[in-house]
Amino acid sequence: MNAELVLQLAVQGFLMGGVYSLIALGLSLIFGVMRVINFAHGEMMVFSMFLTITVLLHWGIEPYLFLPAAAAIMFAIGYGIQRVFVNRILDMPEAMQVLVLVGMGIIFENSTLMIWGGSDISPKTRLALSSFRLGPVSVDVPRLIAFGLAVLITLAVLFFLKKTTVGKAIRAAADNRFGALIIGTRINRLYGICFGIGAACVGAAGSLLVPLMPAKATMGAPYTLISFVIVILGGMGSLVGALVGGLFIGVAESLGSVFLPSTMKQVVSFSIMVLILLLRPQGLFGGKG
Amino acid sequence: MNRLYSFLAVILGILLVLPRVLNNYWLEIFILIFYYAYLGQCWNILTGYSGNISLGHSLYLGIGAYTSTRLAMVLGLTPWVGMFAGALLALVVGLFIGFLGFRFGLRGVYFVLITISFAEIGRLIALHMDSLGSFMGLFIDFKPGFWNMQFRSNVPYYYIALGLLLFSLIVVRIFETSKIGRSLVAIREDEEAAESLGVNTFRYKMGAIALSAFMTALAGTFDANRIFHLNPERVMSMGMSIEIILRPIIGGMGTVLGPVVGSFLITLPAEWIRAYLSEVGRPGLHMVIYGLVLILVVFFFPRGVMPFLRRVFDPMFFSRAPKEKE
Repeated sequence: MNAELVLQLAVQGFLMGGVYSLIALGLSLIFGVMRVINFAHGEMMVFSMFLTITVLLHWGIEPYLFLPAAAAIMFAIGYGIQRVFVNRILDMPEAMQVLVLVGMGIIFENSTLMIWGGSDISPKTRLALSSFRLGPVSVDVPRLIAFGLAVLITLAVLFFLKKTTVGKAIRAAADNRFGALIIGTRINRLYGICFGIGAACVGAAGSLLVPLMPAKATMGAPYTLISFVIVILGGMGSLVGALVGGLFIGVAESLGSVFLPSTMKQVVSFSIMVLILLLRPQGLFGGKG
Repeated sequence: MNRLYSFLAVILGILLVLPRVLNNYWLEIFILIFYYAYLGQCWNILTGYSGNISLGHSLYLGIGAYTSTRLAMVLGLTPWVGMFAGALLALVVGLFIGFLGFRFGLRGVYFVLITISFAEIGRLIALHMDSLGSFMGLFIDFKPGFWNMQFRSNVPYYYIALGLLLFSLIVVRIFETSKIGRSLVAIREDEEAAESLGVNTFRYKMGAIALSAFMTALAGTFDANRIFHLNPERVMSMGMSIEIILRPIIGGMGTVLGPVVGSFLITLPAEWIRAYLSEVGRPGLHMVIYGLVLILVVFFFPRGVMPFLRRVFDPMFFSRAPKEKE
């Protein structure tokens, strides 16, 4: 194992980690506000990947151009899911919430399987193989773009929550649902928007991943799990924690491929999760635990 | 109460002589009904009674199946002994998972995540270890004989599956009325209150997961020696875990007969749908239906069909109307 290879893998993992952060941000936002875990998260991302691929293959529209549309479509789907399904389960025991969202994930994964089939699809994109050298490491252009856009979107979502009226209302509802109701917040609409934003995050992430890896209908579940690991690492409901945790897991997974086959890279993140749960279950940035 | 037991004894009597009249297809269906009812019952011990949802029970099933199969292949050990070796291994893994999940009183979502993650790690290990056949899986040579737990006809499998199910019913019935079962229900309903009354919640939950993992693994050996082929996608996938939880949820979690009722209700339709859809060539559709069923059951029958059955049958079996359960 030489230092250059390690550096190369670390850079690749760091760039990939940006996309992980974006995915985990959506999960963390939904959990932070509604206290439900979106077990359909990775499956929704794969759905968005296939949407992007379909548009690319039929009309030749580049994934980056389609990204806003993918995010918008997933926002609409997320809003609808919240209003029809998730809103009904908010007061149920946690066990029942889990079952409904797991059911949601199964439906997403297998709808994707039915519509697009079960085989790998890796369409050619314009920038797919371009890269440049930066000192000892070579950087893939699509990976760099994915990282840049993912971090940009993450910061935009954080800005939206901190500065805009709707964002402030969402945070108020997360903090105290009853209080927000008393002052006349339209809480159902806020929850819908919040779930929609969470879904839009994975929608955007799906488009960003299309040039980076082949898409497979059944690849979603590991992404749901990885975003959980990131959220556990960063602290449940902590948005900054999601950002940092994503970068950390990205690097750790990538370095793990030095001694593990790449299909087993999840073992690295699961081991990290086990360690976190043993040593610091409230996460690195979480206060509530 | 005695009337309920005589009714169940009559049903058992019918099930015992049923193989005389059933053809092979229906034998197969009944084996599946018993097998999934048994697995659902194992899951019910942990989730139904203690309230901790496990979505990774395929892990224990896989451990049981692979352990006994490898022991039979390498050492020539009979599956009747190997199944207990696998069950002990599953018990140890279950205790480790329980330790991680219960030590900090991490409940609900955290526990679900841990169980899924470990099932996924198990699947990946099975998928990559050559001695476990990697992605091709393990093929078991057909050597019929009692000691190999392999038979030409489906009738012995029928009786083994029925025996497993009866065993689980007796275990859960004893478990339910024992101190550990009652303590677990107390923990499920209000953990803090139970703890303040001096219930050692950690120990009881560890007991539940150990028993559940141990019993699930036994079924893995049965399955391996009936299908003669193990592969990670069939035995250790998330789909298998969903298959396991569906029946007790539909029947009614936290009841002795819930998983059995659930299995009798949906195993046959599930098989029909699967067979029909694989002819039509829409492989994902039956899982979409499972997902919808899961959501609809939670929305409309959150306690399964058992409360309805009790309303109909309780007056027949009990002289005075029993109090509403829980």
